[in-house]
Amino acid sequence: MEYTKKVMDHFMNPRNVGVIENPDGYGKIGSPSCGDMMEIFLKIEDGIIKDVKFRTFGCASAIASSSVTTEMILNKTVEEALQVTNKAVVEALDGLPAAKVHCSVLAEEAIKAAIEDYLSKK
Amino acid sequence: MRRVYLDNNATTKTDERVLEAMLPYFCEVYGNAHSMHSFGQEAGRALDSARETVSNILKIEKSELIFTGTGVESNNLAIRGIARAYKRRGNHIITSAIEHPGAKNTCQDLEREGFEVSYIPVDKNGVVIVEELKKAIRKETILVTLMHANNETGVVQPIEEISKITRENKIVFHTDAVQTVGKIPVYPKELGVDLMSFSAHKFNGPKGTAGLFVKNGIRLGKVITGGGQERKIRPGTTNLAGVVGMAKALELATANMEEKMKEEEELRSFFETEMVARIPEIKINGKEATRLPGTSSISFRHLEGESILLGLDYKGIAVSSGSACSSDDLQASHVLLAMGIEVVDAHGTIRFSLGKFNTREDIEYVIEEAPKVIEKLRTISPLWNEFQLKK
Repeated sequence: MEYTKKVMDHFMNPRNVGVIENPDGYGKIGSPSCGDMMEIFLKIEDGIIKDVKFRTFGCASAIASSSVTTEMILNKTVEEALQVTNKAVVEALDGLPAAKVHCSVLAEEAIKAAIEDYLSKK
Repeated sequence: MRRVYLDNNATTKTDERVLEAMLPYFCEVYGNAHSMHSFGQEAGRALDSARETVSNILKIEKSELIFTGTGVESNNLAIRGIARAYKRRGNHIITSAIEHPGAKNTCQDLEREGFEVSYIPVDKNGVVIVEELKKAIRKETILVTLMHANNETGVVQPIEEISKITRENKIVFHTDAVQTVGKIPVYPKELGVDLMSFSAHKFNGPKGTAGLFVKNGIRLGKVITGGGQERKIRPGTTNLAGVVGMAKALELATANMEEKMKEEEELRSFFETEMVARIPEIKINGKEATRLPGTSSISFRHLEGESILLGLDYKGIAVSSGSACSSDDLQASHVLLAMGIEVVDAHGTIRFSLGKFNTREDIEYVIEEAPKVIEKLRTISPLWNEFQLKK
């Protein structure tokens, strides 16, 4: 099992790590017992994602999936962010091993959970 | 960047003296050891000499040594062979909850063929609970198969104590000694076992050569069918160069063994003491049990093992998360779970296994770099942050 250069880059240099205090949207997906857990924090202004941060407990592909997904949705509208699929996450990473594709699903679900949280509070 | 190999329980570097001993058996002495002509006779003498060396070191008879290809193959021959040969006597096998897949999966396969298997639990240090084994014995029990030392934790099992029980109950006893032969003194007759698997690449010999001790008088059903090599138990052309290499490797591994074990244990002790001092919230697994001198299993709380492994690899440090054989398996280690380690801690466990080529400088490099890797990953981990807030 070998990761692409993109996966390793996002794993070793993850983008947008951290927390947003009083986020407009917050999503948490996965569980420690499964070995993967992601948290997404969103700052949204006029329907546009102005800031996004993440924290992830998991393997290299979970960390890389979270990282690349935050890049994909930054400065996008909420509607555009909702269109991000796990397939697009895998493509952005130049591929993931079959056994690790579930990490990209987790990233998609975490973003959706954070946006749903935002929409529910509106 | 320095490169440090701390994955010696997965495999070891072939000692150059072993390679040197093997080289003539590729292009100079290349006959089939079972051919009648002079080329074959020459090869046959080398095979006999290697068998004598290995047998002498293990204190067994030459007729009790079967050369095989791998430790997994040896385990299969032993477990399946006994199951087939003794099934008229009974259909019950006892093993433990912490076996290597080479034994565990073979037992599970036999269950599908109609055998019943009892999986004996271990205590919090990863030691098989002997009382539970005693309770599991039935009149139909034909085989006990237990590993000598666990590949993930290095914890050594009470094989001698258990062999007394199997002898009293006339049960065949096999031990998977793949992790112990060449690392600590191992003599199957002193252990009291009937069969014992071992493998050359774990003690700086070549990959693809292994052995199975089968005590004289023990019957084995056929697992591989073919010609008459290795007493028909393991037919197929013998890997002569590999066998010569294994004999040389075992000679080198067992020379001054006590001294080498002491050095390795001191190096591990230095490593563990420094890791505990430099990294908060870590736990050394099986620390209170007798362990192989070079194995250290450490749980790094609030982190996941693969990310630690790759973070260390980026620094040139090779380790394993649990067992290399399970690296494509996303489940937490069955060994650590059997020890009662919480699943989240099992996910964050790394095996550091030292070998004879590791130096103090290697360990100094690891104890400098590992804390940085752990700290960086913990800043990303929501579990670590939750833990910090609760403090």
